[in-house]
Amino acid sequence: MNSRIRTAWLFLTPMIVLMLIVAVWPLARSIWFSFTDTNINDIAAGQFVGFENYFGEYGLFFNPNDEEGFWAGDWGVSIRNTFSFAVVSVILETLTGLGLALLLNQDFKGRAFVRTAVLVPWAIPTIVSAKMWGWMLNDQFGVINNMLMNAGLIAHKIAWTAEPSYALWTVVMVDVWKTTPFMALLILAALQTVPKDCYEAARVDGVHPLRVFWKITLPLIRQPLLVAIVFRLLDSLRVFDLIYVLTANGSTTISMSGFVRREMVEYGNMGYGSAASTSLFLIIMLTAVIFLRLARVKLAEDTP
Amino acid sequence: MNQRSKLASALLYLISAIVVVLSVYPFIYAISTSLKTGTALFNSQLIPSNADLRNYVALFEGVQPFGKSLVNSIAVAVMTVGFAMLMGVTAAYALGRIRFKGKGLLLVCILGVSMFPQVAVLSGMFELIQSLGLYNKALGLVLPYTIFTLPFTVWILTTFMRELPGELEEAAIMDGCGPIRIIFQVFMPLLWPALVSTGLLAFIGAWNEFMFALTFVVNDTERTVPVAISLIAGATAFEIPWGTIMAGSVIVTVPLLLLVFVFQKRIVSGLTAGAVKG
Repeated sequence: MNSRIRTAWLFLTPMIVLMLIVAVWPLARSIWFSFTDTNINDIAAGQFVGFENYFGEYGLFFNPNDEEGFWAGDWGVSIRNTFSFAVVSVILETLTGLGLALLLNQDFKGRAFVRTAVLVPWAIPTIVSAKMWGWMLNDQFGVINNMLMNAGLIAHKIAWTAEPSYALWTVVMVDVWKTTPFMALLILAALQTVPKDCYEAARVDGVHPLRVFWKITLPLIRQPLLVAIVFRLLDSLRVFDLIYVLTANGSTTISMSGFVRREMVEYGNMGYGSAASTSLFLIIMLTAVIFLRLARVKLAEDTP
Repeated sequence: MNQRSKLASALLYLISAIVVVLSVYPFIYAISTSLKTGTALFNSQLIPSNADLRNYVALFEGVQPFGKSLVNSIAVAVMTVGFAMLMGVTAAYALGRIRFKGKGLLLVCILGVSMFPQVAVLSGMFELIQSLGLYNKALGLVLPYTIFTLPFTVWILTTFMRELPGELEEAAIMDGCGPIRIIFQVFMPLLWPALVSTGLLAFIGAWNEFMFALTFVVNDTERTVPVAISLIAGATAFEIPWGTIMAGSVIVTVPLLLLVFVFQKRIVSGLTAGAVKG
């Protein structure tokens, strides 16, 4: 038996070493950089500056130069954008995904065809869907403005991706379009584990379908549903490419990941950017822990 | 079982039709745009009146070497998959079949890494890539891509490994098979569906990745396709060549769509193995 355990560690070593090299080490270095004034063009010259990047005169938090308040600065805006985007899109995706999964769980002719068609948005690369929608939502020549004008729904053409009051919600809409299939597939897999007898029994007893959904279906798929939501939430909090391409990374829609990359790569402030990325990392971790706690607390209440 | 009223059936088909149109229309419109040139681009009819392939030709003759980007993307994605599989299978065997101390913790760490934001390692990875001499090289991207492909490859393969029949392995051990032979000769025939699903998901992940590719590569000849598409520009700043951009998008997407359609069941089972059972 001992030799089997040795084999296990032998087999795991390459993976563990690789993970140490590509994940743990770069993460540790990023955190270290966040305490330095490193510039991307001369990494070796960086000096230790303590918490200056976080709480200093030009730091991320409690910056005295933020006369209009924290939430008006680019970093504050990026936090607000990221959370508005994540919360709204995950809620919408869960609802549309649930609806789509319930549809695909029905027995009807052509179901396989619908299921295949639904995979299309998921299979399209994010950059492609950003460009595709960017073109359809183009203010002058876009097909969507044309359709809405022809239908008389809007009086003048709208710059969906540029106008600040629309841009973030346009991004949410495209994300919902792209990610609903993923949600639907995960929920569908969960729905298919619900035993058919439950439905049969409820039908024989004449329970209203809505009640069946609330009292039988939802509690039975709760666990996988929550897992899917956590996956999506963590994924959407690190959003970058969709916003970067669809809205040209303008500062009204910038996400936290976009802010980090802009500081680090475009402005060269590797130390300051690393402080932002470390904060992002902590915020995401905290969100995950809080969400998992809340979900588990509820689950614990259910089992007396 | 199926005593749906006529109204309910009609509603079901109506909703299905809307879902199909919403899912498929944008891509069909992209194909249509890619076949239009000149002023035809600006009328939004779905079937182009005089379709031609000039945009596709322009893509490969343009300033940016799109053909080279395609080759780069294929090479990076294939290598990423190969790398992840090689390490993933043996690690998954250890995690799925052997009982040892610390396994639970290791699995939690793997799941943790697969969920953490890539941007958190951006500066550290930048330094690593530069010091290894991989900066501005397409194939250098294989290293950072391991950060998101390896954890989920291991995770999904472990859930599949766990379900393989124990008798098979016991019999093999009785026959004197070592662990390597058990994995590659006894389990492999049973494991290939799982390998196909994880391999495809890893391939799609590497094919689509944008942030690392944008940051660690600056030369046009070393770029991968997502970055190349995002950078297609016209002669002037005000003239965006939508036709060419859509042509590039179609080329990049069609192989993925074919893979997804052919291996639909495998991909879905891979996705759900990662999430539902976890």
